[in-house]
Amino acid sequence: MSTEKEFLKVRAIKNGTVIDHIPASAVFNVIKLLELDKVENEIIFGTNLGSKLMDKKALIKIVDKYFGEDELSYLALVAPMASVSTIKDFEVVEKHKIQPPKEVNGYVCCANPMCITNKEDICTHFTVTLKESGELALKCRYCEKETRINSLKLIK
Amino acid sequence: MKRDLVSIHDISKDEMLEIIRRAAYFEKHPISEILKGRVIASLFFEPSTRTRLSFESAINHLGGRVIGFSDTKATSQTKGETLNDTIRVVSNYCDMIVMRHPIEGASRFASEVSSVPVVNAGDGANQHPSQTLLDLYSIYKTQGRLDGINIMMVGDLKYGRTVHSLLQALSHFKAHFTFVSPKELNLPDEYKEFLKVNGQSFYETEDIMECMNEADILYMTRVQRERFPDPMEYEKVKDTYILKKEMLDRTKPNMKILHPLPRVNEIALDVDNSDHAYYFEQTRNGMFTRMGIISYLSEINGIVEPFNFD
Ligand SMILES: [Zn+2]
Repeated sequence: MSTEKEFLKVRAIKNGTVIDHIPASAVFNVIKLLELDKVENEIIFGTNLGSKLMDKKALIKIVDKYFGEDELSYLALVAPMASVSTIKDFEVVEKHKIQPPKEVNGYVCCANPMCITNKEDICTHFTVTLKESGELALKCRYCEKETRINSLKLIK
Repeated sequence: MKRDLVSIHDISKDEMLEIIRRAAYFEKHPISEILKGRVIASLFFEPSTRTRLSFESAINHLGGRVIGFSDTKATSQTKGETLNDTIRVVSNYCDMIVMRHPIEGASRFASEVSSVPVVNAGDGANQHPSQTLLDLYSIYKTQGRLDGINIMMVGDLKYGRTVHSLLQALSHFKAHFTFVSPKELNLPDEYKEFLKVNGQSFYETEDIMECMNEADILYMTRVQRERFPDPMEYEKVKDTYILKKEMLDRTKPNMKILHPLPRVNEIALDVDNSDHAYYFEQTRNGMFTRMGIISYLSEINGIVEPFNFD
């Protein structure tokens, strides 16, 4: 089955945002980080779709909703390869480039089980650093330990 | 503006030197009244008698009074009170909080909710900045300088937070580091990366004797059995990193041995009588350093009038 046919299964939207090339395993994290579970807008999504670029991808279309660069920056934590397009009148009018955020407040758990944020009801704060390996890491303001992006867990 | 001392990263090189200068002043003038009429809370959420006595002695030498607790058995912590509530309440009663806590990041959080300065006296495996500053004061006192020190760190370099903090503090002063440890307890890569980025030179070896004779400072730490996943590995290395008097025959005359204490068996008792042994004086330096820290933060916080420490 070709990608094109899969793509058509997820119907076109007139106005809004299309987030494509989300790893299928990351789709629920994307929903949480963009707080799509809290919006009233019509949302269409497909997951476990075939893709030329990745193994199994997910695709999310949000009708009549547009995101700021700050909100989209959080995608770099869970879906760095994602592409985000703004749709107006069925046309792509803008493609966003995702830049990682400088700070992450909330959403993410500190990976250190001995960290105070995992013991008491305290909002997490991280600064985002780029490792020598090119990987992103989150440095906790409290315990000063790094949470690696590939072991990232979101707060429930 | 209140200032806290939570992490060694909170203070600049100039502030480290200022605190060392104050420590030297208080060593010459150990009786002071600059905190007269002031109350400092000493909150030990886990017992650490040595550190607590050092801080409380420092406060008393400055003329201040101490309130607090030395473990949480008799406090409302055992009734489930949050750290947030304890700190908000206690900060109403005092001019500064010195706290020790088993959970990492507890002091940073406390500093955010406290209306008075917070001094971290250890938060789990994370930070213990007064230890680092007293190590710096001990190096300064014995070597007459902090710049360009050749320091050899021995033992558990993987989990030893004193080692990690000290190497970061010394990186302000262009030190040369030799790291001696069993391979299971090597210095983590993130600290090697830190040293490289900051242009510091270092060398790693498993042989304690290889660079011994070039060292100005020999910084010993405990190698603990529980750090080894395989007890056989511990048995193999446990006697390799024991310092004995005859190993010191050809060391530099100015070389001093530091240890954060308590020791287990990593420094043989016959070393205590050597001119190189310095770990007991080091603890004495700790009290003066803590006087320096408390006086410095008090002045920034406007508790005491600026005082001439020269
Ligand atoms: Zn943390």
